[in-house]
Amino acid sequence: MADFNPKIVAFVCNWCTYAGADLTGTSRMKYAPQVSIVRFPCTGRIDFMLLLKAFAGGADGIIVSGCHPNDCHYSSGNFHARRRWVVFRGLMDFLGIDVRRVQFSWVSAAEGAKWAQLVNETTDRIRRLGPFADYQRLRGLGVG
Amino acid sequence: MKTGFYPGCSMKGSAREYSESLLAVARVLGRELPEVPDWNCCGATAAHNLDHDLALALPARILAAAEKKGMDEVLVPCAACYSRLKVTRHELLEDEKLRQRISGLVEADYRGSAKVVNIIEWLAAVPDLEKLVKKPFQRKVACYYGCLLVRPAGIVEFDRPEEPQSMDLLMAKLGAKPIDWAFKTECCGAGFSVSRTDLVAKLSGLILEDAVSRGAEAVIVACPMCHLNLDLRRPNIEKRTGKKYDIPVIYITQVLGLAMGLPPKKLGLQRHKVAVKFAPAESPVPGVSAKRGA
Amino acid sequence: MARIGVFICHCGENISATVDVVKVVAEAARIPGVAHSVEYKYMCSDPGQQLVKNAIKEKNLTGVVVAACSPRMHEPTFRRACAEAGLNPFLCEMANIREHCSWVHEKGEATTQKALDIVRTLVAKVKKNKALEPIKVPVTKTALVLGGGIAGIQAALDIANSGHKVILVEKAPSIGGHMSQLSETFPTLDCSQCILTPRMVEVAQHANITLYSYSELESLDGFIGNFKARIRRKARGLDEKLCTGCGLCMQKCPTRKIPSEFDAGLGLRPAIYVPFPQAVPNKPVIDREHCTYYRTGKCRLCEKVCPTQAIRFGQEDEIVEAEVGAVVVATGFDIKHGDFFPEYGYGKHQDVIDGLQFERLASASGPTLGEIRRPSDGKVPETVVFIACAGSRDPAKGIEYCSKICCMYTAKHAMLYRHKVHHGKPYVFYMDIRAGGKMYEEFVRRAMEEDGVQYVRGRVSRVYERNGRLVVKGVDTLLGARPLEIEADLVVLATAGVANAGAEELAQKLHVSYDAHKFYAEAHPKLRPVETNTAGIFLAGACQAPKDIPESVAQASGAAAKVGALFSQSELVREPLIAVVDRQAPPVYSSCVGCFLCQSACPYQAIEKEEFRGRDGQVVKTVAKVNPGLCQGCGTCVAFCRTKSIDIQGFSHAQVHAEVLALLERGERDG
Repeated sequence: MADFNPKIVAFVCNWCTYAGADLTGTSRMKYAPQVSIVRFPCTGRIDFMLLLKAFAGGADGIIVSGCHPNDCHYSSGNFHARRRWVVFRGLMDFLGIDVRRVQFSWVSAAEGAKWAQLVNETTDRIRRLGPFADYQRLRGLGVG
Repeated sequence: MKTGFYPGCSMKGSAREYSESLLAVARVLGRELPEVPDWNCCGATAAHNLDHDLALALPARILAAAEKKGMDEVLVPCAACYSRLKVTRHELLEDEKLRQRISGLVEADYRGSAKVVNIIEWLAAVPDLEKLVKKPFQRKVACYYGCLLVRPAGIVEFDRPEEPQSMDLLMAKLGAKPIDWAFKTECCGAGFSVSRTDLVAKLSGLILEDAVSRGAEAVIVACPMCHLNLDLRRPNIEKRTGKKYDIPVIYITQVLGLAMGLPPKKLGLQRHKVAVKFAPAESPVPGVSAKRGA
Repeated sequence: MARIGVFICHCGENISATVDVVKVVAEAARIPGVAHSVEYKYMCSDPGQQLVKNAIKEKNLTGVVVAACSPRMHEPTFRRACAEAGLNPFLCEMANIREHCSWVHEKGEATTQKALDIVRTLVAKVKKNKALEPIKVPVTKTALVLGGGIAGIQAALDIANSGHKVILVEKAPSIGGHMSQLSETFPTLDCSQCILTPRMVEVAQHANITLYSYSELESLDGFIGNFKARIRRKARGLDEKLCTGCGLCMQKCPTRKIPSEFDAGLGLRPAIYVPFPQAVPNKPVIDREHCTYYRTGKCRLCEKVCPTQAIRFGQEDEIVEAEVGAVVVATGFDIKHGDFFPEYGYGKHQDVIDGLQFERLASASGPTLGEIRRPSDGKVPETVVFIACAGSRDPAKGIEYCSKICCMYTAKHAMLYRHKVHHGKPYVFYMDIRAGGKMYEEFVRRAMEEDGVQYVRGRVSRVYERNGRLVVKGVDTLLGARPLEIEADLVVLATAGVANAGAEELAQKLHVSYDAHKFYAEAHPKLRPVETNTAGIFLAGACQAPKDIPESVAQASGAAAKVGALFSQSELVREPLIAVVDRQAPPVYSSCVGCFLCQSACPYQAIEKEEFRGRDGQVVKTVAKVNPGLCQGCGTCVAFCRTKSIDIQGFSHAQVHAEVLALLERGERDG
C-alpha cells in the first residue's frame, strides 16, 4: 500500500542513538517523518512488553536502537536489551506478529547518516507490510 | 572402538617395513587393523598443489568408506597421509556447503564421524605398554618428528608444535633414552628428494649431524618420507658433507617390536639402506640383557 | 490538577522555517492539563527564560515543557530557570522539535503534525514527573593507593601534596616496583634508581602519607566517598620501632642461597633480607618459606646478633581497618615467564634470559655489579642477540597485543651492552620499531647509527645450544627473506608485558572490570582513561595496559587530580535520576519479592539487601535497596523486575507509558 503512512515509534538510548539522531539534525540530513523518538537512559531500560503496548496503541512498526555492543555507556545495558530482543522475537512469532515490524539496531552518536538510513528503510518496509490492524480488529470484538 | 587402517601408497611400497612392523606389533597387542575397503591414494603433495577440490575429494572418499564400514577411527601411520586426511576432515566439518559439494563429487555422504589418528596417538593410547617390554631398547635415541605429525597446530591439536614430547615419552616407556636435541621438527627436504636431492642431502645432513653430535645411537621416525630422506639418501648425504654417518634410522613400530622381543626379520629391518646395528652397550644396566642389533 | 506551561521556540528560523509554530501553540493549548501555551523567537535567551519564570509564578505552573532544541543542548539551562522561579527543576522537560523534526523534514503539514506529536508526548510525560532533590553523599578525604611502584608513588605524592591523607599499600617489602630494578631509563639513559629513590624517601617522610609495605588489601566495602578497607600487614618478623636497619642479621644469616626476586633470579639473597640497598623502608623481612627456623625449628642466629633485639619470630599478620573516600589502583605489571617459548630454549638454557634479567646484569648494584656476564659461566659475551616481540603480537602464544615498551628497552639494552663491552656485537631481531614518544625515535636511531647495533628485520625460529654457544636461526626479510644463523653467547628475549599474578583476584575484591588479559578496564578508552566503572576507584599505570614511565606518571597525576576533585567537595551531589525500590507500610514493606535479579543485572553493584524485621526482631522480609551513591541511572534493573517493584526517576514506568500512548494518540499521519 504505497499511499499509507505508517506510525513508527522509536525506543532509543540517550547516549548513542538519541545523540546520533541529534547529529542527523545538525547535519540537516532529511528523512521520512513517520518515526518519532521516545528517549530512554539506556536500551537496558526498555521493557519489551512496552513494545506490545505500542502496537496496541496503534503503532505499525517499532525501532529499538542503542549503543554498539561493548560501547554501552552503562557497560552492559545493551547486552541485556539484545538478549531480551531475541526472546521477544520468539514471542512475537508465537503471537503471530510479523517479526519484520520491529527493527533492532545499533546507532552510535557519530552515526547521523545511519540513523537517517535506518528511519527511511524501516518506514519503507513498514509501508510495504501495511498497517498493523490486528489490535484494531480485536477492539471491534470488544477486547482491549 | 573399531579402528580402521589406512596404509597409503608408501607403506605398500618403499616403506613396506613400516607396515610389516606395525602389523607384527598389532598382532602381539591383540589389535585387529582392518584396512579401509577399496582405499585410494590420499593425493599426497601432488593433489593439493594442483587442485583444491581434488585434494579434498581423494581423502574424503577414503574417510567416507571408513565411515560406511562403521570405523570409529582410522589409524594413518604415514605422516603425510595423516596430514591430508586430518586437514580434509577439518575443512569439511568447518564448511557445510563445501562438505556437501565434495560429498557429491565422491558420491558418498561424508559425515566426518571417523576420527583420524597418527601412530603416536594410537600407541600412546595402549594401556600398560611398558608391561609388554621384554628387551628394553636401552639406547640413546633422537626422536625426529618431521613437519606433519604436530603441525599445523590448530588442526592437528596434538602435542606441542615447537617442542614435541610424545614420541620421546613413548620411547622412554620402551626403555630408551631420548636425547634433547635441536632438530626435532626441522625440515629434511621432503618431496625434493627426487627433484633436488642436493637440498635433501644438505638439510637431512644437518639433522643427522646434530643427532650424532649429541650422542644419539639411532634416529626414530614415524613417517616414510623422513625415513627415506634420512636413510635411503645416506650416500648423497655422505657425499655432500664429506663425512660418514652410521647412525641407523628406525621406525617407531620397529623399535616397539624389538622391545617386545620380536625377531628383526619380522620387522623388516633388513630392508633399510643403513644397517641397523649398534656398538656394544657401554655400561649395561645390571640384571637386564644388553641390546643386540640387526 | 496539572497546570503545564508549553513554550514553543522559533529558534530564529531554525524551527519556524519548516514548522508552523503558531499552529503548534494553538493546538498545544487544547491539550488537557496545559494552562499556558506561548511562542518566542529564542527561548534560551535571557528574555526567553524570563518568560518561563514569569509564567511559573503567574500561572502557578506544575510543570514546564520547552519545545525547542535537543535536551542534550539546553535541559540544564531551563531546569535552572525553573529552579530560580521556585519550580522543582525536575518538573521541566524539553521537546526536541529542532534536531528531531524541523531540521530533518521538509516544510509542510506532516512536519508540523510531528512537532505537535512530540510536544504532546512530553506534556504527557511531565504530568507524571515527580519533584526530586539532588542526592548528597558524604566524602571521607583519605585516599587509598594500591601499589608502590612509580605510578602509585606519584599518585600518593600528588594527593598528599594537595592536602589530603593517603594510605599507600605495597605488597613487596619495599616500594619502588619494577622501576627500582632498572639500570637506566629511556630515552635519557637517566639512572633509574637515582630519579626514583628521592621520590621513595619523600613518600616515607611525607606527613600525609601512611605507608604499609609488605601488606596487601584484604577487602574493600562501601562506595564512593565512603569505603571501608581492610589491609593485611604481613608479619615481617621484627619490631619495626626497634630495628635500625643496620643489616647485621642479613650478614649473619646462614641460609644465603635463595634466588633473589629483585635480581630476577640471577642473584642470591639470605632468608632475612632487604630486597635492595635503597629499599624504603630499609627494614628486613624474614622469608618464612626458606628460613631455617620456620622449617626446622633450629637457628635463630639473627635474633642473637641483633643489637636492638628487634627480631620477633612469633609475629602474626595484623589487619588494619581504614576509612577512605577514593582508591587509586596502581598495581603494575609483570613480564611473561615460564615455559612458553620452548623453541627459544627459555627456561632450558641459562644464557637465554629476559629483559628484566638483562637490566639486573646491567645494573651497577646487580648480581654482576654492572658487568654484562653470562649466567652460565660468568664470561663476558662477545655476541648478544636481542629478540623483540618474544610473545607479544603473537596469537599463537595467546598475546595478540603489543607490549609497547619493548622496542625502546631493547634499543636501550643493546646500547648499554655496547657501552660496557666495546668490542661486543649486538643484534636485534625485530618485526617493527615502535618508538612513538618524545625523543624516542631519535633514541633508536642513536642505537643503530652511533652504537652500531645491528637491526635485522625478521623473526627467530629457533635458538639452540651447540658447543657451548647459542645458535640463533632467524631470517632477514629486508634482504629477501635470507635465512640467517648467528652464534651468540647470550640471547635476551623481550618477553610480553602481562598482568600481575593476583590481578584478577584484586579486581574482584574491588569490583573493577578487567579484560581477557586481566588488565583493568578504564571507564572509556578515550575520554575517561583514569576512571573505572566503579565510582571512586581510579587507575594509574601499567595495571591498565603496558606503558612506559612517562605515561605511568602522567596517568598517576591524572588519577590524583580526579581524587582531588572528588575531595574538593564536602559532599557529593548527584543527579537524582536513579532507581528506587518500592516501599510500603508494614506488613507489606515492599512489593519486591527479594529475587535480586536486579542485583545481578546492575553493572555498578548499586543494589543492596535490606532486611525488615517484625516486632519480635525476626527477619520478615529481605528486599532490594538501591544505593543512591552508586546508582548511575541506566534502568536495566527496572526492565528485569518481574513485579515492577523497582522504578527509575526521570524514566519511570508511568512516564514512558504516557509518552508512548500520547505519541500514538493522533490518527494516521498525512503527507
